[in-house]
Amino acid sequence: MAGLAAIFGSGAMTNSIREIEGMDAIFIIGSNTKESHPVIANRMIKALHRGARIVVADPRSVPMTRFAEVHLKMRPGTDVALLNGMAHVIVKEGLMNREFIEAATEGFEEWKRSIEEFTPEEVERITGVSRDDIIRAARIYGEARNAGIFYTMGITQHTCGLDNVKAIANLAILTGNIGRESTGVNPLRGQNNVQGASDAACLPNVFPGYQKVGLPEVQKKFEEAWGVKLPDSPGLTSTEMIIAAFEKRLKAMYIMGENPVVTDPNAHHTVKALETLDFLVVQDIFLTDTARLADVVLPAASAFEKEGTFTNTERKVQRVRKAIDSPGQARDDLSIIMELSRRMGYPMEYSSPRDVLREWGELWPPIQGITYERLEEEGLQWPCPDESHPGTPYLYKDGFPKGKVPFSPVSFNPPAETTDEDYPLVLTTGRNLFQYHSGTMTRQVEPIEAHCGTPYVEISPGDSRRLRIRDGAAIRIVSRRGAVTVSARITERVAEGTVFLPMHYREAAANLLTNDALDASVKIPELKVCAVRVEPVKRR
Amino acid sequence: MVQITIDGKKIDVPEGITILEAARRNGIYIPTLCFHPRLTYFGGCRLCIVEVKGFLRPVTACTTTVNKDMEVNTSTAELEELRKLILELILSDHPHDCMLCEKAGACTLQELAYTYGVDGFQFAGERRRYSKRDGNPFIERDLEKCILCGRCVKVCREIQGVEAIDFGYRGFKAKICTNFEEDLDCEFCGQCVQVCPTGALTGKLWARKGRQMSLREVETVCPYCGTGCNITVHVNRNEIAKVTAREDSWNEGWLCVKGRFGYRFANSPERLTVPLIRKVPRGEGAPEKVEDLFREATWEEALDLVASRLLEIKEAHGPDSIAGLSSARCTNEENYLFQKFIRAVVGTNNVDHCARL
Repeated sequence: MAGLAAIFGSGAMTNSIREIEGMDAIFIIGSNTKESHPVIANRMIKALHRGARIVVADPRSVPMTRFAEVHLKMRPGTDVALLNGMAHVIVKEGLMNREFIEAATEGFEEWKRSIEEFTPEEVERITGVSRDDIIRAARIYGEARNAGIFYTMGITQHTCGLDNVKAIANLAILTGNIGRESTGVNPLRGQNNVQGASDAACLPNVFPGYQKVGLPEVQKKFEEAWGVKLPDSPGLTSTEMIIAAFEKRLKAMYIMGENPVVTDPNAHHTVKALETLDFLVVQDIFLTDTARLADVVLPAASAFEKEGTFTNTERKVQRVRKAIDSPGQARDDLSIIMELSRRMGYPMEYSSPRDVLREWGELWPPIQGITYERLEEEGLQWPCPDESHPGTPYLYKDGFPKGKVPFSPVSFNPPAETTDEDYPLVLTTGRNLFQYHSGTMTRQVEPIEAHCGTPYVEISPGDSRRLRIRDGAAIRIVSRRGAVTVSARITERVAEGTVFLPMHYREAAANLLTNDALDASVKIPELKVCAVRVEPVKRR
Repeated sequence: MVQITIDGKKIDVPEGITILEAARRNGIYIPTLCFHPRLTYFGGCRLCIVEVKGFLRPVTACTTTVNKDMEVNTSTAELEELRKLILELILSDHPHDCMLCEKAGACTLQELAYTYGVDGFQFAGERRRYSKRDGNPFIERDLEKCILCGRCVKVCREIQGVEAIDFGYRGFKAKICTNFEEDLDCEFCGQCVQVCPTGALTGKLWARKGRQMSLREVETVCPYCGTGCNITVHVNRNEIAKVTAREDSWNEGWLCVKGRFGYRFANSPERLTVPLIRKVPRGEGAPEKVEDLFREATWEEALDLVASRLLEIKEAHGPDSIAGLSSARCTNEENYLFQKFIRAVVGTNNVDHCARL
C-alpha cells in the first residue's frame, strides 16, 4: 500500500466494490479472489455475465481461473517480467492512451525504453507463460475502455513487492485506466480492518492519516493536540521489531490482537526473538501461540462484543455494533488502553468510541465528515471532509494530489531464494476458502474444522509421480529454516516444480519454512516464494 | 415509460419490466415463492398469477412484461381461489411439522399458508420421502420441505458461479441434487440457504438455537476479510444463533462460508476470560499445560504490573526499547488509541500492525 501511495498519492483501492459490475476488463494478479474475497468474486462474476472479460495471472489454477478468458500461469516471483511484457505488447500495438499519458503522466519515453527488452519471447522464457497468452492478455486489458486491476499479497509479499506494484501502476497509467468510475487499481485488503489500522496510523512512519513523522508542522500539530512531546524519527516495522528483539535492542512488546508466531516468516526465529524480550504483554481473545510466550495475557473482547467502526478495502467506514457480552472478565481494547495509560501518568478519558472518532477526524480532514450519526444507515467512503459530503466512491476523479504520475522503470529481479540441487521446488503460501489467517478464529469453529481442519500441501501430479508420493500420504517439506510434515494433496492447481502450503495451520505452519528476506523499502517479507525439498515420510 | 393500470390504479413504469416489478415498485403486493429479485425469473410456483384484460387465462406476473395501456388485476375471487389451490397442492406434499421446523416464523410458505388459511389436507396422498443422508457440516438439507422453486439452483449458478446443484429427475420424483448425485462440490457460501423460502435449507449450526421470534437482531460488519460485508447477527440470550445478510445491504445478502458460518469462535469455551500472569520463565523446557504456565490474576494486578514494567523499561532503556503491535482485527478507534498510547505515553514510533503479512 505504501508503494501505491508513493505513486498515486493514496494507498487504497481506487474504485468501489460496487463499480466492479461496470468494468469491461478485469485483470486479477496475485489474488485468489474466489477464496480470499469471495463476495468480491461474486461481483466479478456479475460483471462477467454483463460481458466483462477476465484475465487471471497466478502460479496456481485458483478457482477464479474458471471464469477467466486467459490464465497466465507464471512461475512464482516473475510478476514484473509478466507485467512489463504486457506493457510491451500494449505499446507495440499502439493500445496505450496517448491523451492520458500526455496530460497526466511523466517519464513515458524513458520508461518505454526500459520495457523494450521484455518481448513476448523473452517474457515467455522468464515466466513460463506462452507468448500468445501474454499478447491475448495485453489486448484484453489494453483494448478495454473501463479496466480494473485487482491484486493482493501475491504481489506484495516478495522482495520485489514494491517493483510489482510499480509495474501494475505503469500498466494502468499507460492505458489511462484510473481515475474514472469502474476503472482503476485495486489492492484488496485481506483483513477486516487493515485499511482502518493503517489510516489510524498503527504504522511506524506516519501519524494518523498518513501524516509523516518528522515533518515539523506535523509534529507540532500532534504535539499540540495530544499535549505532549512526540518522538520525531520513524520507528520499527513489525518485521524489524522481531529482528530488534532478537538482537536485544528491543526489551518489551505490547501485542494487541496479533499472532506473529504463526503469521510471520521463519517462525523459529520469531519465537526465539519473543523469548528474548524482558517483558511481553499480549492482549487477545484466545491463548494464541504468541500469547503463550507472554508475561501478562489480557483477555479482550471480540468483534461481536464492542461498538466501533471498521474501514473496509474500499475505504468505507462502517459501524460495528455490540451483539453479545464478552465472556468472563474480558474487556474491550479501548478500556484496557485507557486503564494502562492512566496508570502510566497520561489519562485518556473517552466516554465512548464516538469521541475517539471525533478526535481522529479533527486531526485528519478526509474523515472529518464521518460521524456515528451518519453511519447509522450506511457506511461512508473517505475522503469525506464535511458532514454534507456524500463520501468518495472512486479516487482521482479530479486528477492526482501529487500532480503528474511518473512512469517507474522496473527491472526483473529473481526472488531472494531460488531453487537448487538441495531445494529443488518452489514453495508458495496463501489462504484457502475455509480458514482465515493464523486460524485464531476459524479453528474454533466446529464445522470449518470438520470440513477443512487438516493441513495439506498441494503438489502437482508430475512431481508426485517423480517423488513416488501418493495422494493423502504424509510428506516432509524442508526449507533452509525448518521442516513440516503434512499430507499431500495431488492436484493440477499447482504447476510442476511448485508446491503450495496454506498458512493457517499451526501444527504444520507454513511460516516455519518461509523466508524472512524483506523488500528493501516497504519491509514486506517474501512469504510467497522460497526453495524447499519434499521427502516421503517412512512408515515406522 | 408506459402507462399501465394495476388494480384500477394508473401508473407510469419503464418499458420492458415485468408486471411483478411494476407492482412491487408501486407498493402493490403479489404473492410469490420462486421469484427472487436478484435471480433470473422462471414462473415455477404460479402464485404470482394475475389477470390481464384481453388475455384468456391468468398469466404469471414475474414473466410477463408490461405493454402500453395494459390493464392488470392482481386479486380477484378467481385468482385467490387458484392461489389457494396451488398452496393446497404444495402443502399436500410437505411435512406438517412447523412446530419443529427451524424456519418457523421466517418461512414464506408458512406465512402464505396462514394468510390463505390452507392446511394441505385437501389433497392428502402420497408424499415424497427422503432420507437425510448428508455429510456436510454446514448446510442442513431437508428435501421433503423443498418446493422445487429453483432459487438455490439459480443462486449457485448465477451469483456464485459454482453449479453444485441442479434439478434432477422428472415429475413427482423431481428433486434438487448434485450432478449425477455424486459428491457435493460446494463452497458452502450458504447463498442457497439465504434464498430458500422454506425450511428445506438451513444452517446445521442453527439447529435449536432459537427461531426468528426469539432472536434479537444486530446489524454489524463481518469480522473476516477486508470486503466488509454487512451482516445481521441473530442473538439468543448471549449466544449467536446465526448470521445472515440483508438483501438491501451493499453486499446484496451474499456472504461466504466464513462470514455466514464462522461466527462460533465468539462463544467458544476456549476464550480467555481472566487476566493471566506468567509463573515460569520463557524458552526451553516451558511446560505444555496452561495452568503450569500462568496463574490467574485480577485486572488491577495485571494492569499495575504491565504499567509498572513498561515504565521501568522505559526508564532504564529509553522509550525506543519498547514496541507495540496492533491488529487489523480491532476497530478504528482501538487502533487510533493504541498508536496514541505508544506514541504519547510510551514515547516511541515503534508501532505497526499486520498489513505486511
